[in-house]
Amino acid sequence: MITAEIPVTPAAPPPPVLARRAWVEHVMGTAVSVHVRAVEPTRPDVEAAVARVFAHLRTVDAVLSTWRADSDLLRLQHHETEEVHAWVADVTELALEAEERTDGLFRAWRSREGGRLVFDPTGLVKGWAVAGAAAHLDIVPEVAYSIGAGGDVVVGAGRGPSATAPVWRIGLEDPTRSGRVADVVTLRRGAVATSGAAARGGHVLDPRTGRPVTRPGSTTVVGPDLQWADVWATAAWVDPERVAAMLSERDPEYRLVVL
Amino acid sequence: MRRITTWLLSTISALVLLFSYHTSTNSGSASAVATGTADAAANGTGDTGTTGSDGTGTSDQGATDQGSTDSGTDGSDDSGATATPTPTPSTDSGSTGSDGSSGSSSGTFTGDAVQTRYGPVQVEITVAGGKITKSVVTQVPWNDHRDQEINSYAVPILNDEAVRAQSADIDMVSGATFTSDGYIQSLQSAIDQANL
Repeated sequence: MITAEIPVTPAAPPPPVLARRAWVEHVMGTAVSVHVRAVEPTRPDVEAAVARVFAHLRTVDAVLSTWRADSDLLRLQHHETEEVHAWVADVTELALEAEERTDGLFRAWRSREGGRLVFDPTGLVKGWAVAGAAAHLDIVPEVAYSIGAGGDVVVGAGRGPSATAPVWRIGLEDPTRSGRVADVVTLRRGAVATSGAAARGGHVLDPRTGRPVTRPGSTTVVGPDLQWADVWATAAWVDPERVAAMLSERDPEYRLVVL
Repeated sequence: MRRITTWLLSTISALVLLFSYHTSTNSGSASAVATGTADAAANGTGDTGTTGSDGTGTSDQGATDQGSTDSGTDGSDDSGATATPTPTPSTDSGSTGSDGSSGSSSGTFTGDAVQTRYGPVQVEITVAGGKITKSVVTQVPWNDHRDQEINSYAVPILNDEAVRAQSADIDMVSGATFTSDGYIQSLQSAIDQANL
């Protein structure tokens, strides 16, 4: 008996339909969602890059958290160490720049009783961290991604033909009715950051008075970089009118949506 | 017309999901939970566990609804980087733009009554230019006082849910920072569930 191999014609390549996959991890006190669109989002290099995104955020938390007594930042403030991660200096510098750029509407220093100044960069660490983490996906070929971190969103595409990068629809949550969408922003690359009292009560202090901003509503800033969208959204929550004017003058790539 | 049927069915199954949920817990933040559940259903991952016995709508909605979600997201929108369509039936270009032009049917349609374990549920939708502009639950089970209480809360939520979900099928949510605990009830969580 003779057996012969029957030639098998290779299956036609699948149509370039982008499948989508999501990952969620709890880090930095919130849930971080990473969504990737690719022909094959189960690719090992995609998985590895997503793992690096979360690892980046966990490191940021370990270095800069104000909720963990063992973070570099708190150990430095409690005079327990002088050797800290270089990110502490990076964020301090960024905080100074943010204060200057927003005419003091964003401020990472607040005074405690006794006139002591405390550095609390929480207001910008999340945007800065997620923008940095997204860089791990920027270098992956043929993917598009979006990362949502407790209300702040960055979307982008990896290496390869970027003209085909898909559009992401970012819903702006209705500040008066949790779970409802009040507006939709569509983006291929860029960032959306929102500040408001809806989810955590009044957690943003007005640097001019030292008191929390308690009015209803929210402020959203859409722009190229999450780090600055986050800073501007926080500043706009303190004074929407002034920030609207400042943005059109200084940072016209960023757009303010007040809800 | 198939789209309309699809929506009708997913609306009904969302309603069924709502009823099942509320009765099983009898507590909690109704609006947040309801939105989460309805959204998960609309994206095709319906919580099959809860509806087991009354799933006329559930089986249909999985496959067809997923399709419409995709076309809405990738199909038509090639405008600039930061356009902001408002999620109202009149201006949005997302979900029905491409295939709505041919059919653009209008009118009021009443779906079949679906039998739930609380009684029959029926939904009537109003369509203008191929889009759902209004949905009203015309028949709800009022078996006893407890059900009435549940329904009077759940039904109004659902009525604009169908309208909202059609125009705002979204990928991510931006809002004031939520905590790790708050995530469970968030709209973001419902979207993630559909893609995990």
